[in-house]
Amino acid sequence: MRSPVLSVEDLRTHLKTPDGRLRAVDGISLNLRAGETVALLGESGCGKSMTALSLMRLVPQPAGIHAGGRILLGQGDAQVDLLGLPEVALRRIRGKRIGMIFQEPMSALNPVLSVGEQIAEVLRLHRGLDGAVIRQAGIDLLNEVGMPDPARRWQEYPHQLSGGLKQRVVIAIALAGEPEVLIADEPTTALDVTIQAQILDLLARIQRERGMAMLLITHDLAVVADVADRVAVMYAGRIVELAPRDELFSRPRHPYTRALFRSLPGPDRRGGDLSVIPGTVPPLTQTLPACHFADRCRHAWSDCRARPPAWQGDAQTGVLCHLYDPDYPDHPPPDDALEETPDAGNAITDSPAPADAGPAALSLKGIRVHFPIQKGVFKRTVGHVYAVDGVSLDITPGQTLALVGESGCGKTTLGRAAAQLIRPTEGRIQLGGSNLTDAPRAQLKRSRSDLQMIFQDPFSSMNPRLMVGDIIAEGMQAQGLGGNAEKRRQRAAELLEQVGMTRAALDRYPHEFSGGQRQRICIARALAVDPKVIICDEPTSALDVSVQAQVLNLMQRLQRELGLSYLFITHNMAVVAYMAHEVAVMYLGRIVEQGRADEILDNPRHPYTQALLSATPSIREEDRREIIRLKGDLPSPSHPPAGCHFAPRCPQVMDACRRSYPDARHFSDTHSARCLLYPKDG
Amino acid sequence: MPVFLWTDFLLYLLLAGIGLFVFFAARSKPLREPWLRVFRSRMGMASAVVLLAFAIIGILDSVHFRPLQAQAGQDGQPRYAAQIVSVLDVIAGDLAERTEQTYSAPFATRSYVQQVVTDEAGNTRQIFPRLAHGGAHLEGESASVPLDVALRGAAGAIQGLIVWLALAALLVLLLSRRRGLPATTRALWHDQTPLRWRAALLTAAVIAALGGAIIELAGHYHVLGTDKVGQDVLLQAVKSIRTGLLIGTLTTLVMLPFALVLGVMAGYFKGWVDDVIQYLYTTLSSIPGVLLIAAAVLMLQVYMENHPELYRTTTERADLRLLFLCMILGITSWTGLCRLLRAETLKLVELDYVQAANALGVGHMRIMARHILPNVMHIVLIQIVLDFSALVLAEAVLSYIGVGVDPSTESWGNMINGARLEMSRDPVVWWPLAAAFFFMLALVLAANLFADVVRDAFDPRLRGGTGDDSHTPDEQHAQSNVGAR
Amino acid sequence: MLAYIIRRLLYAIPVLIGVNLITFMLFFVVNTPDSIARMQLGAKRVTPAAIEAWKAERGYDRPYFYNAAEDGPNRFTNTIFFDKSVRVMAFDFGRSDDGRSISRDILDRMGPSLALAIPTLLVGLLVNITFALLLVFFRASYIDTAGVVLCVFLMSISSLFYIIGGQYLAGKLMHLVPISGYSPGWDSIKFLILPVIIGVVGGIGAQTRWYRTLFLEEAGKDYVRTARAKGLSELRVLFRHVLKNGMIPILTGVVVILPLLFLGSLIMESFFGIPGLGSYTIDAINKQDFAIVRAMVFLGSVLYIIGLLLTDISYTLVDPRIRLS
Repeated sequence: MRSPVLSVEDLRTHLKTPDGRLRAVDGISLNLRAGETVALLGESGCGKSMTALSLMRLVPQPAGIHAGGRILLGQGDAQVDLLGLPEVALRRIRGKRIGMIFQEPMSALNPVLSVGEQIAEVLRLHRGLDGAVIRQAGIDLLNEVGMPDPARRWQEYPHQLSGGLKQRVVIAIALAGEPEVLIADEPTTALDVTIQAQILDLLARIQRERGMAMLLITHDLAVVADVADRVAVMYAGRIVELAPRDELFSRPRHPYTRALFRSLPGPDRRGGDLSVIPGTVPPLTQTLPACHFADRCRHAWSDCRARPPAWQGDAQTGVLCHLYDPDYPDHPPPDDALEETPDAGNAITDSPAPADAGPAALSLKGIRVHFPIQKGVFKRTVGHVYAVDGVSLDITPGQTLALVGESGCGKTTLGRAAAQLIRPTEGRIQLGGSNLTDAPRAQLKRSRSDLQMIFQDPFSSMNPRLMVGDIIAEGMQAQGLGGNAEKRRQRAAELLEQVGMTRAALDRYPHEFSGGQRQRICIARALAVDPKVIICDEPTSALDVSVQAQVLNLMQRLQRELGLSYLFITHNMAVVAYMAHEVAVMYLGRIVEQGRADEILDNPRHPYTQALLSATPSIREEDRREIIRLKGDLPSPSHPPAGCHFAPRCPQVMDACRRSYPDARHFSDTHSARCLLYPKDG
Repeated sequence: MPVFLWTDFLLYLLLAGIGLFVFFAARSKPLREPWLRVFRSRMGMASAVVLLAFAIIGILDSVHFRPLQAQAGQDGQPRYAAQIVSVLDVIAGDLAERTEQTYSAPFATRSYVQQVVTDEAGNTRQIFPRLAHGGAHLEGESASVPLDVALRGAAGAIQGLIVWLALAALLVLLLSRRRGLPATTRALWHDQTPLRWRAALLTAAVIAALGGAIIELAGHYHVLGTDKVGQDVLLQAVKSIRTGLLIGTLTTLVMLPFALVLGVMAGYFKGWVDDVIQYLYTTLSSIPGVLLIAAAVLMLQVYMENHPELYRTTTERADLRLLFLCMILGITSWTGLCRLLRAETLKLVELDYVQAANALGVGHMRIMARHILPNVMHIVLIQIVLDFSALVLAEAVLSYIGVGVDPSTESWGNMINGARLEMSRDPVVWWPLAAAFFFMLALVLAANLFADVVRDAFDPRLRGGTGDDSHTPDEQHAQSNVGAR
Repeated sequence: MLAYIIRRLLYAIPVLIGVNLITFMLFFVVNTPDSIARMQLGAKRVTPAAIEAWKAERGYDRPYFYNAAEDGPNRFTNTIFFDKSVRVMAFDFGRSDDGRSISRDILDRMGPSLALAIPTLLVGLLVNITFALLLVFFRASYIDTAGVVLCVFLMSISSLFYIIGGQYLAGKLMHLVPISGYSPGWDSIKFLILPVIIGVVGGIGAQTRWYRTLFLEEAGKDYVRTARAKGLSELRVLFRHVLKNGMIPILTGVVVILPLLFLGSLIMESFFGIPGLGSYTIDAINKQDFAIVRAMVFLGSVLYIIGLLLTDISYTLVDPRIRLS
């Protein structure tokens, strides 16, 4: 076995905060061998990003403190401890021997320097190149990271590139010094699924070709499943489990890892509740002589809370859990199989949508939302952004319609237009029996109680100056519901209990709650006016997996109990598979395919839907499909391509595709796609 | 008989507003929280205490009345003096009347200017005459002055500290309601109270000792000398505090409603409302601030000259001019805040909670009042405290140019203006300038330090929140606005 | 870009009309020409005849907007509004109270104003940026804290004291340079050194602190972390990455005031006896020569609007992200 190029021993990084010392990294040991990809997996706040920064000694100053441990780079006599090096020596390692890729390609590049200058800087510094050679070397590098037209891009500035291309530049910068170790901190989190697939592919290829060691930091189990050789699971500043990928996925050992797997949504969990991890991560400002997971662990017993667990295993694989400690024979490790969730009994059989269930709860007919582009001396309108360009959808009462698409496809605009927050340029919106688009103000105001909205960002969706009680009561007050203030307050308390919170929350402020709790309060606010339809705009994409499970469970339960209909806007296919009865796939302002969830997920027809599904990383080996690579990015909605909008990126494009936008082709009563690959109806 | 000057009235209004705010803040956590952060900083506590001391003097100087005269009028009605005095004047006692012939240095017993006197024998001599009031209690030679000053100063300081002790004891008692006396005292001593009371007490002790010493000495000396016409400089400097405070606060009070209403409306309604409001503030702010102020004040002078019916006494006249000056400064300075509020409102309108309120059918006015206004108040507050010191400094410059407060109003600007030629005298008359310098510096420095702490406490950006466009260009704008360049 | 500039210039027209209306209201409606005449003539000589003569001499004896006594277009042109406001729009400022051409005076006095303002601005920028970078380099250390405290202290002192103190120290105590006066040509240097130094010192507190805030904000951004991860030295990160981004707001802030430099600085020029536009304005205020004040108000607005336009253009030059449309 090759010796590691980078080994971390008992690394401790602390942050000074107003509440005391935060033990962000609390004794981590890990090693990386050449040609190997190790994934560091954890939920937000577990210390994984701080670990990455510590490896480069880039922890924010002056708050960050390297409190202990060693970071050994190299082998044998040439081995150095990065924590012991002076800053000057460290500079010859950063960028040269260790490269780093950051999460946000939007902000990781200097906006006022050209792409070329930012890459050349590294080539000059670490490879001693100069003059014209630099440009050639840089363009080669851009070529290697798959940048289209690299010679032109060399001159351009970061804002001229799309997110995916920016991330390629960031990768080129990290590779420019020809490092032995590459640290990638959530390299695809800010990107769309199809772009994420491109970038993961690229990273895997480069790593293979250069034989680098790669540390991939992510919160996404599916990404891990795609590229990692070994996986380190991190929880509250510590690594709790370390295992080769296949072993981890087939036989997760630590109770935290097991709980994490069980909380993943997916088609096989349809109709049942997802398992949730109760409680919250303990505050890392206090030293705990215990297992950090003990309070949330269903197997925990008194010893778990009394002493910290010892590492059971070696440097390559192991688990940090009392259950696997031979000193506790009374507490054997749990069975290999993931035990069923205790509340799986709640599962209801998933009945297919009744064919004629009466009028749709919400019906959109030919909705267009065009934003004018103004130019010239007198701001004449010279064009339009066709954000939504003729969309018709029907939401069946009591069911969920998932609207799927990448960022920029117009799905959020459509949601806001449906909720009457934006006036559509054209089209009709019918709620129950009544038409909203040309309703008088008073009627529109009244109908708002039937149609509510839940937003993506739990941190900006509540006014920080109002108490939760007032936030929930606001809608009732505006709609004149719920009687007097006292009764409204009573109702708000009931709603809180309905979403799984206590009435004590009434007199507290939003910032006192976690992201998941806030999202529950937002749901309670929407429920306060007794809506029939709720438009959910990516309600869980800002949440961690375990919290996402809680919110999805709640939404499922409310749908069963109250007969709510959801328009569920998301980009996450796993959530779609779990939640949706019907699915509509949106591309550049139009619906390209729609149908029942099983039809779309099992038998996608449109090449875009197929690509979208294939690009979604999956944790189950058997679910993995051949990834269909899409070229390039989403075109601009102000200049949609002629013919089928998807034609320029479509792997199966034909000449006819570029001539006119295809009409719908039906495959069943419910399933249709707009693609020329299939014969015309009738 | 009490007299309410216009500026007094507005000041009371402001105090009532602050009182109301404190009342609500005590009940609302989001309102209270950032203020607690301010007072959890030592610097914030200390500068607040200094500002409070200035404010108390300013308020005392804003309670005006006409004193009752000894003999009643013919019809048995009590008679009041024509002169309007303030509570501060009463506290200062006869300091205003104890004038000398001309310049005298601080703590001097003799005049600074030689005088030709003719003695009984008919010889003319040039002497520095003995002052009428400064050190008049001393019989012997002036060699005993330093000792006398030290003794009286110490006595005054001790009196001041006794008053301070009483206040401190009261504070400790109030604080110890929750934790008990010994624990509170210990926490206070080690600076472990949640709010930094120790810093407040130490600052207050310095102020009390200094104040006590000055009050004691002012009864026997001209602590900061006398000016050209023999008036006590200390009294002038202290009376100038009110002017400085009023300019710094009333200006903001006057412009705030415009800036708030227009800024929020422009950002909320967008469209033509926004266009009109933007046109309004672009036009106003395109006129260089000093020139607009100069032009307006010139016209105001003419107007007041031609409308003598607006005021009855010179005090009222000066007060009216002060009020108009605040209004003019307000008109020229609301644009900066308006622009900031518009930008912030534009951002807030896009936030999910405003969208959620829309989706719930909440009306425009209610959204603005409940969701927008409370969330832009931190900008207003930061701007107010930043503007305060800029305005105090601006007063000096404007008075110097001749477009500031009425020449009869005591102000630091007028003091500097009056002393502009004194630096070129030989020997130099430095004390009026020095007095204005130190009083202004104390007030402005305290205000600047306080503004820093307030900004740190209120600006979400500085607390690691989400980034937004910078306010700072306008901060600089506010400072260069009034033309101190 | 061109369309943008044209649009901005067109927008300047209503703004200047607005400025003109405001000044007209201020100077002719708040106080009637009669009351200004009464004030100017002083209590002794006020007779109706004297007032009429005073008004006739200055052309204030006409109606405000509409002259019924005239024919044709003269009905509108032979009015106070046309003569005093509309002409100003064409940069025809008329004559001051002592009969001199205001346009001529303004041209003569621009030179000295610029001779003082430009060196003050440039030296000030250099000094303040240097200090601010130093503070950022030593950020979160005692040097930084002490620097910020010093800045706050310096900015708490009124500019008047810098001038009075500077004049006293340099001119009176050390007899280094003349404390006031001016002579054209190279001789002016000895008169300008002191005001330039005082102007720079007086601005250090506020400017350095502001620049430090700007640089610190940049230094906290993600791309700076990327630059460090490349292995660049702290100085290189500061100069190549932080400075370049931090300079954007600084430069554009300077561009706004660039045209206004023509107006000079009021108190500096009057303290140091420099015959620029600043002291011209002050003299006019003291003499209550409203024609000059009006001209300066209009000129100031024009320059400010030019400044705003230049700012927008300069943004496109220094910030690749911004394209005007």
